[in-house]
Amino acid sequence: MSEAAGLPAGHHHTAPTGFIRKYIFSVDHKVIGLQYYGLALLAVFIGMALSWLMRLHLGWANLAIPGLEKLSATGAPGNIMTPEYYLSLMTMHGTIMVFFVLTTAPFAGFGNYFLPIQVGAADMAFPRMNMMSFWVTFVAFAVMMSAFFVPGGPPLSGWTAYAPLSDVGQTAGPGQGWGQTMWAISIAIFCVGQLLGSINFIATTLDLRTRGMSLIRLPLSTWAWFITSVIGLMAFAVLLPACILLILDRVAGTSFFLPSGLVFNDQMLTHSGGSPLLWQHLFWFFGHPEVYIAILPAIGIVSHILPAFLRKPPLGPRVLVGCMVAIGFLSYMVWGHHMFVSGMNPFSAILFSVPTLVITIPATIATLLWIGSVYGSRMKFTTAALFCLGFISVFTTGGLSGFFLAQPTIDVYLHATYFVVAHFHFVMAVAAIFGIFAGTYFWMPKMVGRMMNETLGKIHFWITFVGVYCIFMPMHYIGLAGNIRRYAAFTDNFLIPLIPVHKFITIAALITGAAQFIFLFNLIHTRFWGPKAADNPWGATSLEWSTTSPPPFDNFGGKQLVVHQEAYLYGVQGAAQDFVMQTAPEVVKSS
Amino acid sequence: MSELELSAHSGHAGLMEESPYGIPSGKLAMWCFVLSDAVTFGAVLFAYGYLRIGSPDWSTPFSFTPSILNGLVMTFVLLTSGLTMLAAVEAAKAGRTAAGTRWLWATCALGALFAALHLLEWRRMFEEGWRLFQNPTGGSVEFGAAFFSITGLHLLHVIGGVVALATIAIGFARQKYNRIDVEVLGIYWHFVDLVWMFVFPLVYLMNAK
Repeated sequence: MSEAAGLPAGHHHTAPTGFIRKYIFSVDHKVIGLQYYGLALLAVFIGMALSWLMRLHLGWANLAIPGLEKLSATGAPGNIMTPEYYLSLMTMHGTIMVFFVLTTAPFAGFGNYFLPIQVGAADMAFPRMNMMSFWVTFVAFAVMMSAFFVPGGPPLSGWTAYAPLSDVGQTAGPGQGWGQTMWAISIAIFCVGQLLGSINFIATTLDLRTRGMSLIRLPLSTWAWFITSVIGLMAFAVLLPACILLILDRVAGTSFFLPSGLVFNDQMLTHSGGSPLLWQHLFWFFGHPEVYIAILPAIGIVSHILPAFLRKPPLGPRVLVGCMVAIGFLSYMVWGHHMFVSGMNPFSAILFSVPTLVITIPATIATLLWIGSVYGSRMKFTTAALFCLGFISVFTTGGLSGFFLAQPTIDVYLHATYFVVAHFHFVMAVAAIFGIFAGTYFWMPKMVGRMMNETLGKIHFWITFVGVYCIFMPMHYIGLAGNIRRYAAFTDNFLIPLIPVHKFITIAALITGAAQFIFLFNLIHTRFWGPKAADNPWGATSLEWSTTSPPPFDNFGGKQLVVHQEAYLYGVQGAAQDFVMQTAPEVVKSS
Repeated sequence: MSELELSAHSGHAGLMEESPYGIPSGKLAMWCFVLSDAVTFGAVLFAYGYLRIGSPDWSTPFSFTPSILNGLVMTFVLLTSGLTMLAAVEAAKAGRTAAGTRWLWATCALGALFAALHLLEWRRMFEEGWRLFQNPTGGSVEFGAAFFSITGLHLLHVIGGVVALATIAIGFARQKYNRIDVEVLGIYWHFVDLVWMFVFPLVYLMNAK
């Protein structure tokens, strides 16, 4: 960029030429966004492979899985998984998916790529800090993966790392030595990366908006990333010290989370005075906002994409922003609903139950707004649109089971059963993944400049959509039948009749997982051989479609855009096309 | 220089208009950090309160001399450093570089004095047998854990601040850093000051004999 273009003085953001500065240690938010996306892609396939191993074990308890011994000689002697190793795989599946996929892809990945473009900026407010946040996250991932190879293998205390199990060391299980320490260090590092990223997102959204881009003209996806950043800023700020206290307990001999008189494997521990409940409070004060950190970007992405295929403005975009703010605010008041069975006073349980039920109000309003937007439209059924509809479906299904779990009396019965597994996989995991898929099919033309294959995309959608229902719907029923989660095998009399259901779920999981390779193939094929994408292939309105595909280094080729319109002017009467870009100066009468 | 030019100077990459909030990104980022860090201190202080209430044998070992007195001196030193920081920001705003630099160094020295007094206090407690995991008076071992982790976290902030103050002071004298940078550092320093206003009563005064 040059001074001649009328840019602020002191601006020195020129395109790098060397390979390392361009692709590895790049300060370009687009490269960083793709790096985050690539990291999440690697993580999601690892996480999925772990779930396959777990599902195989749950369906056929003593099945020898060829090659498993190579992964861990002690965890799978003779290729047969030990119960401890099952728990290790479960812990790593949850941790990898929640932190390195559901937080990394829709928030850090797409957010990094599109937030600056959607506000009309050339880059993030702090490009170097942005690069640092990715590499910090990468180190966190590397440390987490190292848990597979340290003595004892990965930890087995679940992604929630409940004390005292997570806190007492090797004596509690093979992965509770080195593996758990690696886990805590990795998550602490991850928190730092997310805090840096959140500060950057907030500063960029508020400070770097181009001329005419008022807050109310921001696309809903940008709103979602912004609100998520604010949530992340305060949520990761609690998990970070919690992890440090956990590390101190493990390596410095403190007893923050360990009471006196604990006996593990006939060994009396010397710790005293601490409280395992303290960990639960600190963890869930982070943990509940975290599920909104995972789902809000997906909500924003879907709200952003849907109107482009409905060809009409969305219903109540401002109300939707209000819903997202309300969800974010309430997310801090409900952490105790994860602790109904932790010995909580019943009155406290009600205190946490009420705001939990109140959250369903903004969530329901958002869902009704999407359905109301779809109603009466002439929808274009592209893959991205299908994934948006799929998102609404799984989000609603998962949300409905949330009504039940929010009541302490029902939760006491359902807690730690497969009902809960079904609930959070639908409402948070699968819903967020569908948001990622929708974003990928919608934005990939912009990100790599090539169109994705729609036929493969639709095959991918239908197998995935039917597949996730086959996997998680039966889990509601076996959960109601009392099937406890985090069991490596089902040997009790009342659980044995449920094993055929587990076999069905396993087969569904294998097929659904295999369908993800169609997606992977489609991605790789698109990157190298896909047909070239136009600048605005979907006829969409927001700023990312005002530039080339892919955008130049400074996003808009040295131009400063001027925004004249709201974000979603589709189906406009009397306009030159059926939509009006945000940058178009033409006068639009609001209908 | 206008705010806009200054913020462009501090590493901005945007095709940016003047911010609608009239606040340079560096300052906004520091406020975000302060918000986040306040939550971090909140979590640690919550943990302290949780453990304190849960321990029937909590120790209250601090007598007026030397601990409380030392704490009062430390508080006085830190509050004074807040005043000198204010003077540094005012001088920088008025364009008086030499005065601004002097006040920055004064703040830096007071911060270092605070850290030194704190470390002396730590050494005395170490000699008495206090550890992260050990209570020489026979009460709850959580006292040492809470005391050293909370004051340690605060001490790290002070030491970080002292290093930043020295860096900015050198750079400000050479015109490498501008008044916005001084102001941003001021936000941080006042926050560290404010946190101590919570730490001192909760950790020292509540544990006086």
